[in-house]
Amino acid sequence: MTEPIFDVQELGYQSGGQQILQDITLQIERGANLTIAGPSGSGKSTFLRILATLLTPTAGTVKFAGKKQSAYPKPVYRQQVSYCFQQPTLFGETVRDNLAFPFEIREKTFDEQKALAALDSVELTAKMLDQPIIELSGGEKQRVALVRNLLFKPQVLLLDEISAGLDVDTKGVVHRLIQAYRESGVTVLSVTHDETEIAAADDLLRIRDGKIEVPAHE
Amino acid sequence: MNNLIVSPTALAFAVVLVVIALAINLKEKIGLERDMIVGVIRAVIQLTVVGYVLTYVIRIDRIWLTGLMVAIIIFNAAINANKRAEGIPHAFWISLLAIATATLLTIALLVLARAVRFTPSQIVPISGMIASNAMVAIGLAYRSMNTSFHDQRQGVLERLALGANLKQASKHIVQMAIRTGMAPTIDSAKTVGIVSLPGMMSGLIFAGVDPTKAIMYQIMVTFMILAATSIGSVIACYLAYSQYYNSDMQLR
Repeated sequence: MTEPIFDVQELGYQSGGQQILQDITLQIERGANLTIAGPSGSGKSTFLRILATLLTPTAGTVKFAGKKQSAYPKPVYRQQVSYCFQQPTLFGETVRDNLAFPFEIREKTFDEQKALAALDSVELTAKMLDQPIIELSGGEKQRVALVRNLLFKPQVLLLDEISAGLDVDTKGVVHRLIQAYRESGVTVLSVTHDETEIAAADDLLRIRDGKIEVPAHE
Repeated sequence: MNNLIVSPTALAFAVVLVVIALAINLKEKIGLERDMIVGVIRAVIQLTVVGYVLTYVIRIDRIWLTGLMVAIIIFNAAINANKRAEGIPHAFWISLLAIATATLLTIALLVLARAVRFTPSQIVPISGMIASNAMVAIGLAYRSMNTSFHDQRQGVLERLALGANLKQASKHIVQMAIRTGMAPTIDSAKTVGIVSLPGMMSGLIFAGVDPTKAIMYQIMVTFMILAATSIGSVIACYLAYSQYYNSDMQLR
């Protein structure tokens, strides 16, 4: 049996005296496509943020590729475990500023061809590169944000309801891109409320009141 | 120089000006009367005390006493800058380091360049000018950082999630804070002589010094303040931004 990409043991998270997550134990295989569902406020996003190291658990441990999260320098870890927000914020003035950022933090020169190819993969045209971000629609913003996360292929993609509020066509574009990354070996964990996405899930994890309701299929 | 003497009677008459300001404030219901009265009383007491202290320090002319005066100025400036920090951890020590470096480095350069002599009559007033300008710049920079980290929280979170280190995630906020801190000094440098005739230059001219010489001093002071606010705000901002994060590189 191969080593799981995530090994979560008795995970708990408490904030402001409230128990958000408790006793979460599960293993997620490398290359898995796990859908996480549950009522609002059940702790799904908190779970995803803990996996992304944007929150630190108050109990239990999370191992990534056999080592505790704390063993990795945070920037290195987060570049491999990439978290996408439900309502992303774009930086600077133009789309270019956003796509240049992943290069900047890796101290690499901006590769315009790579950026254009990435925009094309979400059906955004080349002229979009220098478009002011204030002129973008919600769907375009979400696609630019997704491209920003995927310019350098991560090992894990954590998607926090990224298709919520998108129109059917944009959802289709986003799903196709994520499917392509999944097929190339990227582990995908997505939080969703969308019944269609839940019905189509390969593996489903339900969280209710901070606890696992149905374990993921092995 | 006799025309420079301000008699107690003349000063008492100057109180009329404060009364005018108070009357306007009361009539317009601005609500600053208490602050104005406290400000005036404090100014009179503080300046009287410092006047006697300076007279003594200048008269006995000892290096250690001049150093002590400079240290007191820097310490008080750090306390005041810290008040603007509104909860930034270790802001007092950061301010102290930033103001001390800005003040001492600028003074060292001026002394080495023989622009000023290490005597209390020159070092103490110049330290006050440098430290107070650095204090104001750092206070403005802190305020800008607090506002930006609050308003742009989501953007910072996203940068962290993309794998930015703390410096990369905060760079835009730090740059904005330094610009905000330095803006009054730069504006003042741009308009000096056109809009304002600064206190030091005006004071020298009042005292009968040749205006061209007074202007040369003012040019030196302008350069000195530019350098000091720049050094002070850069040090303070680069030390303060990491205080907004915990040891797990998450926003507090």
